[in-house]
Amino acid sequence: MISLSGSSASSIVVQDVSVTYKTTLERRPTLRNAITRMGRREKVVREIEAVKNVSFDVPSGTVLGIVGANGAGKSTLVRTIAGILPPTQGRIDVFGRVSTLLALGVGFNRSLTGRDNVRLGGLAAGLERDKLEEKYDEIVEFAELGEFMDMPMRTYSSGMYGRLAFSVAVNMDPDILLIDEAMSVGDARFRRKSANRMRELCSQAHTIVLVSHALGSVRELCDQAIWMDHGVLRMWDEPEAVVDAYTEFLEVGQDAVTLEDV
Amino acid sequence: MIEHHANVTTAAQPHHRENDFAEVHHVYEPHLVGLPPLGQYLREAWRRRSFAVELSRTKLRAQNFNTAFGQLWLVLNPLLLAAVYFILIDIVRGGGRDEDFFAHLMAGIFAYYFVSGAVRNGTKSVVGGGRLILNTAFPRVLLPVSAVIIAFKRFVPTVVVYVPAHVALGLPVGPEQLWVIPLVGLLVVMATGLAMIVAALQVYFRDLKNLMPYLLRAWLYSSPVLYYADEMPQRYRFLLDINPLGQLLAAWSGVINQAQAPTGHQLLVAAAWAFGFLLVGFIYFVSRERDFAVRL
Repeated sequence: MISLSGSSASSIVVQDVSVTYKTTLERRPTLRNAITRMGRREKVVREIEAVKNVSFDVPSGTVLGIVGANGAGKSTLVRTIAGILPPTQGRIDVFGRVSTLLALGVGFNRSLTGRDNVRLGGLAAGLERDKLEEKYDEIVEFAELGEFMDMPMRTYSSGMYGRLAFSVAVNMDPDILLIDEAMSVGDARFRRKSANRMRELCSQAHTIVLVSHALGSVRELCDQAIWMDHGVLRMWDEPEAVVDAYTEFLEVGQDAVTLEDV
Repeated sequence: MIEHHANVTTAAQPHHRENDFAEVHHVYEPHLVGLPPLGQYLREAWRRRSFAVELSRTKLRAQNFNTAFGQLWLVLNPLLLAAVYFILIDIVRGGGRDEDFFAHLMAGIFAYYFVSGAVRNGTKSVVGGGRLILNTAFPRVLLPVSAVIIAFKRFVPTVVVYVPAHVALGLPVGPEQLWVIPLVGLLVVMATGLAMIVAALQVYFRDLKNLMPYLLRAWLYSSPVLYYADEMPQRYRFLLDINPLGQLLAAWSGVINQAQAPTGHQLLVAAAWAFGFLLVGFIYFVSRERDFAVRL
């Protein structure tokens, strides 16, 4: 057995964290429905226990992979570490500046240009204006979007969206990078480029949390892995062991599909 | 295998305390009674204020605010509105309105449209923040604040239009008109509180946006904009205190049109409403904020 906590300081410490939230079952919550529903005692709010009593820590410079089925609480966990969704119980300590690359990507307003979206996203994330201007060229160059940066994002293809999101996340010089299933962006060439960049980041002193269904890349890139199952941490070990146990659990065997870099 | 994570976690406890490499340290804990630590929240919001400013600038640019015709339209629109209302009221009143009333109407409509504009922008601010809210941790309160900044930037040029009209009509000028500064302050405070309330409500009730025009129209008609406050019949006078904008706009008209200092009662009622809305709006918004990321 390996000593997972190592001797170096931790970047992320997750202590007994649970996340529950309520969400509506209505297609579009309206005042009219709320009023007409009164007296009918119909339940339209569901409580979701997405993460239950999870504890682990990520030593600085470690690449942690998170695997698990859809709906296992992986994305919620990452969003909690990012500070987007505060925990309902427990405590999370994060040491360092965090950059996120979550499933939904960059660009919150499709009618604004790529440039505006990058700038606004950076400012919201707490970057200083001059630092942002400094990084901007790197971001554009890496994303290879050229003149598209000054066009509204609704004109972008989904691959271009992904490229921009990836480029923003990796070029912000974060201490900690949180990535949620966003590796498969762009065309074959950009995928190779982003995989190279990932390897580069992983080999540097960055702390990275990587949520992925691509078990091959978890195995290749990560130093540690955890397996989430129905909100519970099932296993925390070396990536080899976790991937083996997880695939055994899935009874799929390690064929080309699960290992593929998707 | 499963049990081994427990002892590792305990082993990890001691050394994160003396972590010295990171200059930034975030702690995420459950919110007490649904509220994050407010001091820290406000500091963080202030640190990222340039986001709210940049967002308002970007949105205004999308509305052609920075072009000459865009500016012209911004001024022309409320001016035309004031003219239409003037004719309407003059007809209804049998032609008994003088030019002074036009100045009152202009000042009132400009102020009212600032507040209602902030409310209308505010309604869309959080719901329109979509992916940014899903993907980024930042004080969400910056979104309705940015909506107020947009409304304010649209309000400023209309003030510039009022001045020549005031002079041309030969209305009094005096030091009492400096009261306009605290009154604008109260308008901003009230608009901010209201924008926060509607921004959060819109997340839960997506049809609020459709209801808004009716509410705002009713609000305009019950405010002393299309009439003078002291013209109100006795049995409707209570509206001035009940209507959050009532005493504020009554004071506004007196200060701007007639260079009269506001009464203590006017200031007190107006300030109570404005700061009441800000307090309630801020607490309500921040207490609902955690929900936004899972409700959008």
